[in-house]
Amino acid sequence: MKSPTTSVLLFASYADAFGGREIELPVPTPCVVNDLVEALRDLPGGSRLPARPLVAVNREWVELSASVREGDEIAVIPPVAGG
Amino acid sequence: MRQPIAGVVHAEIVEREIDLAALLAMVQHRGIGAVSLFVGIVRDVNEERQVSGMEYDAYVPMAAAQLSAIASEACAKEPDLVVAVEHRIGTLKVGEASVAIACAHPHRREAISAAGEIIEALKKRVPVWKLEHYIDGSRQWIDPTASAQAATNA
Repeated sequence: MKSPTTSVLLFASYADAFGGREIELPVPTPCVVNDLVEALRDLPGGSRLPARPLVAVNREWVELSASVREGDEIAVIPPVAGG
Repeated sequence: MRQPIAGVVHAEIVEREIDLAALLAMVQHRGIGAVSLFVGIVRDVNEERQVSGMEYDAYVPMAAAQLSAIASEACAKEPDLVVAVEHRIGTLKVGEASVAIACAHPHRREAISAAGEIIEALKKRVPVWKLEHYIDGSRQWIDPTASAQAATNA
């Protein structure tokens, strides 16, 4: 059965902006990464996102056009600041 | 001295102090002529604000995978290179090491340039963030893209 929602991981400033490190978005899979980004943008805190936020699917960097399937691990990632 | 080794011997995200001597020991073996050690340190001032400490957050499994991939790419370019790398997360004080990269090679140039390439790639690709704590009690997530923009506008 298809899931009507998709879970997205958030970190650091985005976890603060959206109030948690994981959020359920009302977007069924399959979809593309940008569908999830736009759903996130509609939530309170959405103005915190840049025009093209960084996204990883299954722990690999992807483009906003990348496809998302059921069970994928999706993370919307703030500008990285390691070192 | 142990037998020659090559490649990535260690790439981890850790929640404890970085042991620089242990990292150096991991890359040392018979056949090397140089070890380059890069250490990133929590600085006391950032953008003219007095820093009291730093809290590092990470997307741990991806950060570990990216760290390992970056070190592997450096080793693919230099077959005799040996790399050990750690990034620390959690709460750090000013003066503590947040990241360390040890690169061993038969020759110094390769060792030095590998350490430089790895830290630059790490800053672009490894999902780690820092929440700076200031002495006035305030806190702020560091956004290198915002400071780059501010520097451009300055």
